[in-house]
Amino acid sequence: MNKIFEKGGKLHWLHSTVDAFETFLRVPGTVTRSGSHVRDAIDLKRILIIVLIAAAPAALFGMWNVGYQHSLAIGDTGLNILGNFWYGFLKVLPLYIVSYVVGLGIEFAACQIRGEEVSEGFLVSGFFIPLIVPVDIPLWMLAIAVAFAVIFGKEVFGGTGMNIWNPALLTRAFLFFSYPSYMSGSECWISLRKTDTVIDGFTGATPLALDGAPAQYGTGFWDLFIGTVPGSVGETSVIAILLGAIILIWTGVASWKIMAGTVIGALAVGLIGDLAGISKVPCYMQLIYGGFAFGAVFMATDPVTSAQTECGKWIYGILIGALCLMVRLFNPGYVEGMMLAILLANTFAPLIDHLVINAHLSRKAKKLKAA
Amino acid sequence: MSKLKETIINPIFRDNPIAVLILGICSSLAVTVQLNGACVMALSVTIVTGLSSFVCSIIRNTIPNRVRIIVQLVVVALMVILVDQVLKAYMYPVEKQLSVYIGLIITNCIVMGRIEAFALGNKPIPSLLDGLANGVGYGLILVIVAFFRELLGSGTLFGMQVLPAGYEPNGLVILPPFALILLGCVIWVHRAIYKDLQEK
Repeated sequence: MNKIFEKGGKLHWLHSTVDAFETFLRVPGTVTRSGSHVRDAIDLKRILIIVLIAAAPAALFGMWNVGYQHSLAIGDTGLNILGNFWYGFLKVLPLYIVSYVVGLGIEFAACQIRGEEVSEGFLVSGFFIPLIVPVDIPLWMLAIAVAFAVIFGKEVFGGTGMNIWNPALLTRAFLFFSYPSYMSGSECWISLRKTDTVIDGFTGATPLALDGAPAQYGTGFWDLFIGTVPGSVGETSVIAILLGAIILIWTGVASWKIMAGTVIGALAVGLIGDLAGISKVPCYMQLIYGGFAFGAVFMATDPVTSAQTECGKWIYGILIGALCLMVRLFNPGYVEGMMLAILLANTFAPLIDHLVINAHLSRKAKKLKAA
Repeated sequence: MSKLKETIINPIFRDNPIAVLILGICSSLAVTVQLNGACVMALSVTIVTGLSSFVCSIIRNTIPNRVRIIVQLVVVALMVILVDQVLKAYMYPVEKQLSVYIGLIITNCIVMGRIEAFALGNKPIPSLLDGLANGVGYGLILVIVAFFRELLGSGTLFGMQVLPAGYEPNGLVILPPFALILLGCVIWVHRAIYKDLQEK
């Protein structure tokens, strides 16, 4: 690296920023010199890039779906695949720019102040944020929400790896509670230009907003499974998300125990709801509604905010699934429970780990005493 | 600095009851949605803390140690009821808006805390000043938090539109959790000024 950015150099205050770009663009030639360390091909950067690859199908499908829903809304056939994709791409691109510029800007500034290396943590959060918000959200709102999530959800706790809550979900939670009229209801999930006129009799409610009743439009099992329904950009297609799940599990980047636990927890509470006659749809349908699949695969498995112990991962996953279904079934105020469920489980993850480790220790102590 | 001056200045800034002792958090979450209510609350708490410290200090040598808490409670309750009656008589709409929180001043830790920590061991006049200063310190934070919450949450100050009409009110700021975040920011700034208070 250039001498003037080294300690004592003129531009030393820019050290973190220059270092970040240097290591991002080129492979650094230096290695750790002292102490024990593991040499492995996998590092933080590779893990994060695998997550990005896994989420790419959902993102690409989401962009197409934004255009498709728009075509349907203005009375088009929706068969122009490239046109749909292009419309969605132009709609989602500004969200990405805002998400990355604001988030990385704050991250760089915080690292610069603390004099630390900039880590790649926000690359993934910034990639997920546009996928879990309504596509027509005003950009300034997104900017405020991202700033809030990065400062109060991440930097005050000490930056990458130290945060308690998932920054992407915190962004969404901020928007959800700050500007509810932009984040819920039946209009916000379909992208429209100011000049568009919506055709008569068209309803744009998401399946969950319609209270789970199979309505006139696009809420059949296969529509939900393929993802041709209105919703947040990346959450609609269960197939694309499953593809991502396979990549994540195959490479060992995300824990299959958390995903499985989430599904089990949701099915268990959903079954109780079915038996009690509260739920309007069979419990397996809940798995493909709304943001459940996206949350279970990409949000719940965030290695920083989830439980770390193997047994704890099961508990953590089941807790998310059960909480999500409880919110959906028993709380008419919030039709979608996944975001709140994951944030709540994030809060309890350290406690779960603590209890699991303590239980393990006391079991060992008992064995020692007996021996 | 003279001792008396310290008694007045310290509780407002350096030893602020909310920022340093973390007392009186509940009410600062509840009454800071609007600046109006926060100011009245701040005034009420200041009067209650000051007068109860004063009264308790006068009778400090006659209270048997074992029943002192109950005696203090009686004094504080008396002051709270007096304040409540005055508010009801002259500021009925604000009293209505603050509802139970005026009555709950009696449970505000700052009041009992100052009596226990200061009034029982000092003469009446310093106790009065100490109580008043702590009330002002509490009120200062309340007003700061309420300022931001009303400005960002409703776009108004004291009920008057300040921000342009196109401003989109932020719903999260109205909710109590955001007051906690703002309090955190206040404490952040406070610790940045008084560096010796930073925990290691």
